[in-house]
Amino acid sequence: MRERLVALAALLAALALPWIAEAAGSPASIGLATRMAIYALAAASLNLALGFGGMVSFGHAAFYGIGGYAVGILYAHWSWQEPLLGLIPGSVSLAATLLAAMAAGGVAAAAIGALSLRTGGVSFIMITLAFAQMVFFLFVSLKAYGGDDGLSIRRRGELPGLDLRDPAQLYWLCLGLLLAWLLLLRRVTRARFGQVLSAARQNERRVVALGISPYPYRLVAFILSGMGTALAGALMANATRFVSTDMLHWTKSGELMVMVILGGAGTLMGPVLGAVALVGLEYGLAGLTEHWQFILGPLLVLVVIFARGGLMAALRRLRLA
Amino acid sequence: MLEVRGLTAGYGASTALFDVSLALGEGEVATLLGRNGMGKTTTIRAILGLTPPRGGEIRFRGESLAGLPPEAIARRGIGLVPEGRQVFPTLSVRENLVATAANRAGHAQPWTLERVYGLFPRLGERAGQSARTLSGGEQQMLAIGRALMTNPHLLILDEATEGLAPVIRAEIWATLAALKARGQSILVVDKNLAALGRLADRHHVLEKGRTVWSGSGAAMIAEAERIRGWIGL
Repeated sequence: MRERLVALAALLAALALPWIAEAAGSPASIGLATRMAIYALAAASLNLALGFGGMVSFGHAAFYGIGGYAVGILYAHWSWQEPLLGLIPGSVSLAATLLAAMAAGGVAAAAIGALSLRTGGVSFIMITLAFAQMVFFLFVSLKAYGGDDGLSIRRRGELPGLDLRDPAQLYWLCLGLLLAWLLLLRRVTRARFGQVLSAARQNERRVVALGISPYPYRLVAFILSGMGTALAGALMANATRFVSTDMLHWTKSGELMVMVILGGAGTLMGPVLGAVALVGLEYGLAGLTEHWQFILGPLLVLVVIFARGGLMAALRRLRLA
Repeated sequence: MLEVRGLTAGYGASTALFDVSLALGEGEVATLLGRNGMGKTTTIRAILGLTPPRGGEIRFRGESLAGLPPEAIARRGIGLVPEGRQVFPTLSVRENLVATAANRAGHAQPWTLERVYGLFPRLGERAGQSARTLSGGEQQMLAIGRALMTNPHLLILDEATEGLAPVIRAEIWATLAALKARGQSILVVDKNLAALGRLADRHHVLEKGRTVWSGSGAAMIAEAERIRGWIGL
């Protein structure tokens, strides 16, 4: 009961945030909250693979970047008025670009997952990293889309009835998609599919001995995970109106992993907390000192040591105490 | 139903099974007896394909299992209750039962949650609890229920009563007797001769990776001295 009240209060506060920011005279914090929501979406998606499925992917930056580039490339072809590969017309329609981003992320995850999931443990970590690096260097070498310099997007996605030039509306869009994705993840992880996924993480041999091959379950989870991460990348492209190979860099994969672990892997809301905490900390510490990473690093170490199970577990303990 | 002949298997460079043979008919209960380290668990693992056999033959319901991956063997209707129980700790009791449930053989009266709860009322009382909070005996019941929910033709129990309190052991033996009465074929690996003598139709004794004795319950009573020598009780 109390848990529900807290969740409801948090949801209402999140919805009312643009007005609160406006009233408090800091409209810039709407942009910060938008980043939090986008990273929460990416972290929650990674968590399906990492937390629930036990697939420690160190390559999710690939899907994040692919989602961003899907928006950037479609915009570029729209502005050049020249179809992609002579076939696919460019677009700035929000619905079309977001769906294209998810499709591209899903296809990439299917290919990378199908190959990587034949391994496990440390090999899986290294192979996902290797694939992500391949995608990274591919985009570095694609001079048509800016290469190292990235790609500016001069027009945000368009959807009738929505004006994404208004930071508040962009924020609500991201928040809405985050909530929708969380509801989907909740259903998926509570269904029999999610139970098998968790069971295979805890004891793969046992699942096999009961007649189930974990591979297809893991692959589907990995694809869903890639699609959600790509959606987050597409939203970030809309928010910053810029995509670059930074989105594909391996440190981005690490950042997403830190969010999941900091918040609590294998819980629905943990990655959301982790994303909010990490983005907030970065912002807060960067305001204090240029060497903010010097403070952030030890803080993360402390959380990992003293709050096993992440912030989510720490919150639960607080409530019990 | 299950016929193993001249089975050899091992791990890496070492051989654990040299010549294991056993047989079990439809609706029967058979045992695999022997001291620790004699190859009982390896035999079970070889039957399920978890440790691929190196030689010999394993036939299940008339078909050879050679070269099949473990999940394919399990799908043909072998349900294992493993040593050390190994329930899925973070799933609830109900989820443990449902997650891998199946009725691949199309039994007319398949195992359902209600029937498993009928067999083990304590699991019904704890349906929503996560499996890690159960006692050892309850986890064993859950492991048996989980295997039954795959509606296996053959149920295999590996050291099912190891480390359990005598009361719980008695309960498990009673359950196996009830399952046998319903026509369930069961292969039991255990050391409790007294309980097994009453329950099983056929016995097999393993010694250093070989089947050294096989026979009926009556034969086992007649040769009790010899068998005790192998089992070490």
